[in-house]
Amino acid sequence: MSILIYTESENGKFKKSALELASYGRAIADQLGVELIAISFNLKDHQTLGAYGVERVVQINDPSLENFTASTYAENIATVAEANEVNLVVLSSSSNAKYMAPLLAVSLSAGYASNVVGLPLSLKRLTVKRSCFTNKAYNTCVLDNDINIIGLSSNSFGINENPKEVSVEDKSADFIKTNFEVEKIEKGTGQVSIADAEIVVSGGRGLKGPENWHLIEDLASTLGAATACSKPVSDMGWRPHSEHVGQTGKPVASNLYIAIGVSGAIQHLAGINSSKVKLVINNDPEAPFFKAADYGVVGDAFEVVPELIEKLKAFKNS
Amino acid sequence: MKILVCISNVPDTTSKINFIEDSTAFDKNEVQCIINPNDEFGLTRAVWFQQKKKAEVTVVTVGDLGCEPTLRKCLAIGADKAIRIDLNPTDGFQVAQQLSAHCKKENYDLIIAGRESIDYNGAMVPGMLSALLGYSFITNCMALEIEGNTARASREIDGGIETISCQLPLVIGAQKGLVEEKDLIIPNMRGIMQARQKSLTVLPAAESVVKSVITKFEKPAPKGAIKMVDPDQIDQLIDLLHKEAKVI
Repeated sequence: MSILIYTESENGKFKKSALELASYGRAIADQLGVELIAISFNLKDHQTLGAYGVERVVQINDPSLENFTASTYAENIATVAEANEVNLVVLSSSSNAKYMAPLLAVSLSAGYASNVVGLPLSLKRLTVKRSCFTNKAYNTCVLDNDINIIGLSSNSFGINENPKEVSVEDKSADFIKTNFEVEKIEKGTGQVSIADAEIVVSGGRGLKGPENWHLIEDLASTLGAATACSKPVSDMGWRPHSEHVGQTGKPVASNLYIAIGVSGAIQHLAGINSSKVKLVINNDPEAPFFKAADYGVVGDAFEVVPELIEKLKAFKNS
Repeated sequence: MKILVCISNVPDTTSKINFIEDSTAFDKNEVQCIINPNDEFGLTRAVWFQQKKKAEVTVVTVGDLGCEPTLRKCLAIGADKAIRIDLNPTDGFQVAQQLSAHCKKENYDLIIAGRESIDYNGAMVPGMLSALLGYSFITNCMALEIEGNTARASREIDGGIETISCQLPLVIGAQKGLVEEKDLIIPNMRGIMQARQKSLTVLPAAESVVKSVITKFEKPAPKGAIKMVDPDQIDQLIDLLHKEAKVI
């Protein structure tokens, strides 16, 4: 018996989600008294994972795996899971991990629960709590199988240092025949993605037009935050679809969500509900968002936001 | 080209979510059901292939009789025929197995499902279906072109876009962007009348296994009261975010 986590990296560093998976896997491994194994691709840094509780790292370093492809990665993870008698695989909620998880589940004949929040409620018969109805509810889900996969919601467990003696094992890559070719990857440089962000700054129709988005962008860059928008804003083409958060857009699970000029339609609130702290700035005191927020400012965004940026800069420098 | 669009029948996005039977079942009372929005983006793209490239579009759902109005709506939007696999499924894996059993008989070139449903948010069905069939798979698909036997697609990734080419048969997980919101088809009277004449076949369920079972639902704990800060007191706001909420 053992637990396997798939630790993702970017630009030569483990992502925060990898450390969260290590911390999460450690907590379960301690309860079960089993080994915690990590699998990493194209990164030689087992010490970092050891600091968060991983006991063994299986490294697959192969330039031909530079680009993520779901089927090939699933195959490699399945091989490692089978070789190590793994009965629980834990994945993050990144778009790549969510892409791969169902393929891995079929390959391993495993049960799979996505969007899991927090530690399992029971490990005897694996029972987890997961969000559903786009964060309007949770369900308890029983996975009574020899091997199971948990997709952990970002920021739902947190990161705990827990240094372990860590060993490392190099493994060669498995390849499967595909007719699949990643032609091109375009990524914004220097921007924080909504999925990885600790803070998200979101703008709505109250900003009156795309020409005013420097307010959102300036506030976001002051906080090291990602930018997002409401559905009407993306529908009108003020901002790209990739920034649309809500029920039919992206879910947000940041530590702080700042909504500026967003009224708070039920579909929008559903998408951002998993964020821990919500701050709303809106000139309409009747905006429904105030009922769903932790902190609120009734005021004109064009006055409040510049002042907030200026004072945050002073705060950061102090 | 034969296209299958997999449809999930879900509560309207404005629905209040409540549970009954000791919180073990979703309360469908007074809930309007719709085509899962991610599926609808996929269906709209399929109808485009039908109109421009003479594709044949079949819609399928795994569900009980209550799903049929949603299938009729798909026919009114433009699908050629509809299939309902008669099973009230327990989990996404079961849905994928039912669809796979059907697809093995029909050899579709392109299978479209929403990247996830807005009710259970499992994000399981399209990927599992592709794995069961041994077809290529692209999820979070926000653009799709097909020439001959080759598909070119864009996939939204965290912080960017990936362009992929692959051979058919292909399963995609559809999402917003595959078509624009304004391109969604609102059925007209003619479409609704025609839909009544189109075929809606009910197929018996194939054998399948279940790997996860929902035992209970719950709603998030009620929120504490909001703290209002005067717009002239931005220092106080920063103080609260720093010391109380500990988020900056």
